[in-house]
Amino acid sequence: MASPIGSFAEELVDFIDYYFGWLLTLFSDILDQILDLVGSALTYLDPIVFIPILMIVSLLITKRLVMSLMIGAAFYTIYWMGYWNSAMATLNMVLVATLVAVVLAVPLGIWAADSEKANPVIKALMDFMQTMPAFVYLIPAVIFFGLGEVPGVVATVIFAMPPVVRLTNLGIRQVPPEMNEVADAFGSTGWQKLTKVQMPIAMPSIMAGINQCIMLSLSMVVIAAMIGGEGLGGDIVEALSEIDVAVGFEAGLAVVLIAMTLDRLTQSFKESRT
Amino acid sequence: MGRIKARITGSVKSFVEEHRPRTKVKRSAEDIFAGIESPRDEEGNEIMIQVRNLSKIFGRHPEEALALLEEGKTKEEVQNMTSNNVGLYDVSFDVRKGEIFVLMGLSGSGKSTLERCMNRLIEPTSGQVLIDGLDFTSLNEEDLRIARREKMSMVFQNFGLLPHRDVKNNVAYGLEMQGVPESKRLEKAAATIELVGLAGYENSMPSDLSGGMKQRVGLARALATNPDILFMDEAFSALDPLIRNDMQDELIKIQSELDKTVIFVTHDLNEALKLGDRIALMKDGRIVQVGTAEDILQDPADEYVGRFVREVDRTKILTASLFMRKPKSVLYVTQGPRTALRIMDDYDRNDMLVIDRRNHLVGMVESDDILKAVQSGDKDLSKIVMDIPSVGPDTPMSEVIQIMVTTDFPIPVIDGDGVLLGMVSPSVAAETLNIGGGE
Repeated sequence: MASPIGSFAEELVDFIDYYFGWLLTLFSDILDQILDLVGSALTYLDPIVFIPILMIVSLLITKRLVMSLMIGAAFYTIYWMGYWNSAMATLNMVLVATLVAVVLAVPLGIWAADSEKANPVIKALMDFMQTMPAFVYLIPAVIFFGLGEVPGVVATVIFAMPPVVRLTNLGIRQVPPEMNEVADAFGSTGWQKLTKVQMPIAMPSIMAGINQCIMLSLSMVVIAAMIGGEGLGGDIVEALSEIDVAVGFEAGLAVVLIAMTLDRLTQSFKESRT
Repeated sequence: MGRIKARITGSVKSFVEEHRPRTKVKRSAEDIFAGIESPRDEEGNEIMIQVRNLSKIFGRHPEEALALLEEGKTKEEVQNMTSNNVGLYDVSFDVRKGEIFVLMGLSGSGKSTLERCMNRLIEPTSGQVLIDGLDFTSLNEEDLRIARREKMSMVFQNFGLLPHRDVKNNVAYGLEMQGVPESKRLEKAAATIELVGLAGYENSMPSDLSGGMKQRVGLARALATNPDILFMDEAFSALDPLIRNDMQDELIKIQSELDKTVIFVTHDLNEALKLGDRIALMKDGRIVQVGTAEDILQDPADEYVGRFVREVDRTKILTASLFMRKPKSVLYVTQGPRTALRIMDDYDRNDMLVIDRRNHLVGMVESDDILKAVQSGDKDLSKIVMDIPSVGPDTPMSEVIQIMVTTDFPIPVIDGDGVLLGMVSPSVAAETLNIGGGE
């Protein structure tokens, strides 16, 4: 038997499901569309074409030849092991989850930096979201969105969002006071101050948050596979149930390779902006 | 029927009239300052800024602290009795149009707070600031923004350059806030960059510049919007002494060309004496004395000012280097007499200093002698150069003046190697030292 706290959480979830179900359905449909779109873009090209294009893009972003060669090798390894489709499905979920997380988290971080009233509330909420064991999110996600990729993405967004909120907040708060005075002294509006002074100066911090967000998304999509998400997570969950060391290791390695690639790419983007 | 129809069309018409989109005319500083005449003081000088009984209390209960101050309690007593901090109390003064007005005091004296209350980066607790006769302290937020964009600008101690923008886009920031289109603002920025001597660095990032260059960018940014008032907060304090000196000269030069009103905050007495047309000495959030450099040196208002001034030996402060100016033009000893005459004619002078190719002072020539040289067919100036007395940069002004009495010419200032640094002209010395009788 759960205590009143547990029953409250249960009732809250029921309440939301009953009265805001239509909103959740709408949200779910939109997410589904985005997942379809990005997914088909990722699988549109044959790996033999996709990998060279990826290498050229990473060369343009990192401006380091060895780095882009290694990224090419990493993706070729995934293809060669036979996990290409799973990897693309995982990448799809990570990219969409990160996109949604950033769209929600950056404004939230700006609000936290701007308002002394909102800040402690948002901070507490972020603590809650980040430390609540990731598995717990799967339960309401399934109630709200059923099984499949969408609840996986939603749980991932909740789990991966806090670093972006925190580091956006921190980045803007760490803008030197003199810079804010510069904006004011030259008659900037609040919006001009934010977009032309604070955000650019906070950008390295925000990019570090996005980098963290991607890493957390990757670790979460594996957990999300437990509620029917496909991709490498699905392969790993299957390997676990069958105690298949070979498949488990290969799928795990593919996750690591994707993680390192995304990390290096976002790192270098962060560096090039400073 | 007709009447009802007319009524309906009438109300529809008025509804449409009321709600049609209007072409919004952008409000400018001219609208805000329209119809207000700039005030003048008793001597007829135009007044740019009037500060009236300005106070700033930091803390939760400013009224409490203000009441105690009115009873005559000191800043320290008030701070001990309440949780408030006194930034400024009952400060009043006028700043004339076109002068460099220096706010000077030790750290914690309230000089930066005062400056920031004048452009409302800090909101004053009570009192008024009038700019060009308009009550600046009562402007609403939009008008305040417009006034800041068009009427004033600021130079910061640590330069305040935006690290993600190159030099030209930093300089153009104020123009961007004014809504000037990109091509036009970059054009204006380039002109201002040239004015401060940074032409060629338009595309550099701030991190690639030295401290002195950064502050030139800061100065250019402040000048780019062509404001009436320039607030400068310890603008040269972060620079090393040599570069600081250059920047001070640069400011004096630019100020004489552009005729801005400058509020300059510093803790350095020498800087205050060099730059300030008038100086306000501050202590504990109050102004102790306002006056010219000479007023303050000769007639310190109280013990505090006296102590401040006494620490610096007067003869040491008033040296030739403080009063010297770069000559508008010089002649090279290798130049022919005809060229020399042309140059002297261009600058409308009868005498001019002569230097060699390595900037060493050779002497002075007079136009009469050059005319003779032209007639006798001399190829250069070496035969007609006269020796004249010169001084070093550290020579006290009292000595310079003694020399000046014996000659009609400006006194050249040279360093130990004989390189020409500048010259002290009799008019400058007389004006600054207030020895008008000699004119």
